[in-house]
Amino acid sequence: MEINVTVNGTPHTADVEPRMLLVDFIRSTIGLTGTHIGCDTTSCGVCTVLVDGTPMKTCTMFAVQADGRSLTTVEGLKRNGELHPIQAAFKEAHGLQCGFCTPAMMLVGSALIEENPDPSEEEVRWAISGNLCRCTGYMNIVKAIQLAAQNSTTGGTAE
Amino acid sequence: MTTTEHAPKTSPEVCGVGHSRRRVEDDRFIQGGGNYLDDIELSGMLHMAIVRSPLAHAEILSIDTSQAEAVDGVVAVVTGDLLAQYDLAWMPTLSGDTQAVLATDKVRFQGQEVAAVIATDPYVARDAAELVFVDYEPLPPIVNPQQGLAPDAPIIRTDKEGKTDNIAYTWESGDAQATEAAFARAARVVTLETHYPRSHPSPLETCGVIADVDPITSQATIYMTSQAPHAHRTVFALVAGLPEQNIRIISPDIGGGFGNKVPVYPGYVIATAASLVIGKPVKWIETRTGNLSSTGFARDYHMKGELALDADGRILGLRVDMTSDQGAFYADAQPTKFRAGLFHIVTGSYDYPAAHVSATGVYTNKAPGGVSYRCSFRVTEASYLIERLVQNAAYEIGMDPAEFRMLNFIRPDQFPYRSPTGFVYDSGDYETALRLAMDMVGYEDLRREQEEARREGRLMGIGIASFTEVVGAGPSKDYDILGLKMFDSAELRIHPTGKGILKLGVKTQGQGHETTFAQIVAEELGIPAADIKVVEGDTDNTPYGLGTYGSRSTPTAGAATSVVSRKLREKARKIAAHLLEASEEDLEWEVGKFFVRGSPESSVTIQDCVFAAYTNFPEGMEGGFEDVDYYDPPNMTFPFGSYIVVVDLDPDTGVWKVRRMIAVDDCGVRINPMIVEGQIHGGLTEGFAMSSMQWITYDEDGNCIGSNFMDYLIPTAWETPRFELGETVTPSPHHPIGAKGVGESATVGSPAAYVNAVIDALAHLGVRNIDMPLLPDRVWETIRSHSGAEGEG
Repeated sequence: MEINVTVNGTPHTADVEPRMLLVDFIRSTIGLTGTHIGCDTTSCGVCTVLVDGTPMKTCTMFAVQADGRSLTTVEGLKRNGELHPIQAAFKEAHGLQCGFCTPAMMLVGSALIEENPDPSEEEVRWAISGNLCRCTGYMNIVKAIQLAAQNSTTGGTAE
Repeated sequence: MTTTEHAPKTSPEVCGVGHSRRRVEDDRFIQGGGNYLDDIELSGMLHMAIVRSPLAHAEILSIDTSQAEAVDGVVAVVTGDLLAQYDLAWMPTLSGDTQAVLATDKVRFQGQEVAAVIATDPYVARDAAELVFVDYEPLPPIVNPQQGLAPDAPIIRTDKEGKTDNIAYTWESGDAQATEAAFARAARVVTLETHYPRSHPSPLETCGVIADVDPITSQATIYMTSQAPHAHRTVFALVAGLPEQNIRIISPDIGGGFGNKVPVYPGYVIATAASLVIGKPVKWIETRTGNLSSTGFARDYHMKGELALDADGRILGLRVDMTSDQGAFYADAQPTKFRAGLFHIVTGSYDYPAAHVSATGVYTNKAPGGVSYRCSFRVTEASYLIERLVQNAAYEIGMDPAEFRMLNFIRPDQFPYRSPTGFVYDSGDYETALRLAMDMVGYEDLRREQEEARREGRLMGIGIASFTEVVGAGPSKDYDILGLKMFDSAELRIHPTGKGILKLGVKTQGQGHETTFAQIVAEELGIPAADIKVVEGDTDNTPYGLGTYGSRSTPTAGAATSVVSRKLREKARKIAAHLLEASEEDLEWEVGKFFVRGSPESSVTIQDCVFAAYTNFPEGMEGGFEDVDYYDPPNMTFPFGSYIVVVDLDPDTGVWKVRRMIAVDDCGVRINPMIVEGQIHGGLTEGFAMSSMQWITYDEDGNCIGSNFMDYLIPTAWETPRFELGETVTPSPHHPIGAKGVGESATVGSPAAYVNAVIDALAHLGVRNIDMPLLPDRVWETIRSHSGAEGEG
């Protein structure tokens, strides 16, 4: 099946098997490997990307379901060569260790900030509760997302 | 929140020990530039899928691969019989047992590897795996060690000639006679029987391999999710018979390890054999179900501990009898000499003369493993048992659990302290750490609140764990894996411009080695950490070492880094003397430069010395500025700490919530405090996971319950408690910079603190044990049975 998908602003047309998972399309067909696979059952969330701005787990979504839609992956977070505030904040607040859940966590965090520029700790924890992390105990991920929100509203490094 | 501030000796620009340097590895991870195993694509690469046994115990009557082989895109189907032709159907485990690579005679656990399909596409490989038909004759399964020890139990390891029981090992430690004597004069004996349930490290990246054996040169490049690439190279040489110089293990970025990526798994061996035969690269990426149901489980210890007390509440002795559920193959990744890991650290933070531990490992029809899941070889099981026991002992004699610990702690003036099971604890100050934790939590107020709460019918509890770990394996006289001594290494090469590269035998999986080990060089040589690149995980380009697990990187490779830097500083001193036309004895070192004593204006920087090592070195000296150190630690290190958990418990539902979690850790000198705290946060979460929800069980037929993330529960940000950290610093006297290692302290120490808190909430009802995980229904059931008894009485 032919599908048209915009990935990080670039339109792609591809012929895919109907059963191809969106995560495999992103990783293998488009070649963007920052989106990961962790559990195969939509539980861990490391495959999360933004589909038209909304976080979606791509290991249980078919590529054909993304036809006509716009995806943002971790590779699309930077703006004009500058780190997105969420990226800068994850480094600053030590919001990552092995880095495997990080792209998804940052995308979920960035979507939250879009919607809620000043999220409380509870709101951050709820927003990322579909994403597992085995390294950090979430403490510094929560801190990083709140720091990014703060830096976004104060102008920080936002575009 | 911390007791002591430690001013770093170096400037922020140099960024040596004590600076919370931001991590250099983050730059690639936050931009999607990580290079994990599955991100690697090689030209002409094939994909492998594994066919697994649906049964726990069954004879294999036949395997029909014809339909799978007929699928378009399938290149080969590998069975155990095929591997047997190359003598690869079995492989050694890291405990000196054997493990089937692909089953030939019978399957011994659900999820065991039975066949593998190699195809041009991963989807095709999985399709064809469904078409491999195996005819099984079911055998009765053994799903716990008690069944395995029954006299009429079916024998699981029929592959072992003459094997007539299911015992994997027996082992003991300590002095049985002295312990008997201690118990004979005890005023009171406190007993606890408890199970530390089966768990799994389950890093978010599963295991995987790309084996690339060049058909012309026979060079085998094996990309592998490996925490121990050098040891794995040697194992591959021994198992596959490949010449070791032709094997290169590359362990790329690892998406979490926690012990799961220490063993060699069948998938690695099958892919390598397939690549060897087919002549093309073969990739295998484990599914999550494959990961949870076949690779490296942890824990599963059934423990009985007894504490002998005198009339004043002093501990006289400890007796432990433990049975471990080993699964189908005894595959603990652990030092050879110690059959139950370092479980004999079970005597804990307390001073008493006698202890005895006896252990029996039993084969069952469950997945093999016994890996050190974020703990140094069974140390968390040990710490859990003793910390639960002392808490119960305090209840039995009517003493406050904190006071009981204070009474029995090893005192600071007793270090180095020889434990009754033979460890020599390097340093410690247990009382200070516990007092700090008590101050932070407001212990006395909480006890008063608890009394009031009980009067009002509310349930709240305060749980303490004052753990001592043993990490940093280890001194070569006692520690080896498969005969390989557990030293580790560092090779440091500074280029002419004063910037250089540090190569290590260990392998980071998120611990931040690229950042922290450069800080050690900065501390020792005064070269800015930013000028040092750290390289790990490529056996062709790093010196030999046993890898990263058991909190050993800082105690071993960290020490090696320090020592190699000091060796080069001595070379720099000679060069400085040459440049300054002074004698070496007249030179003083201060961070980054040598100066002539008494005339500080006459100085050369370390960078000057390095440049001269290539351009203007004294006669008779070898050029260049590089060295290597293989560090054999003189002793283990013994990190410790005191954790206090406060829980509120709903008697109507059995649900408990962590109100506060205080963690005071003493891991000696902290190289990068930010990273240390991050490690502690992670460990406290895994301890919470194990105490509250995360476990693997098997039903009576040997079906694995917990083979996916819908059954195997990992806490999300929503359930995970908030943590409050404190610190004391008692340097290790034998480590060059006084560090002890911290990656596992919190996983080791915290489970007992959470469980003790829940037990403490119910202690007045007479509750002394609930097995982990403390699921609400178990807690509720316990409350009901104890309240019922009271009501009826």
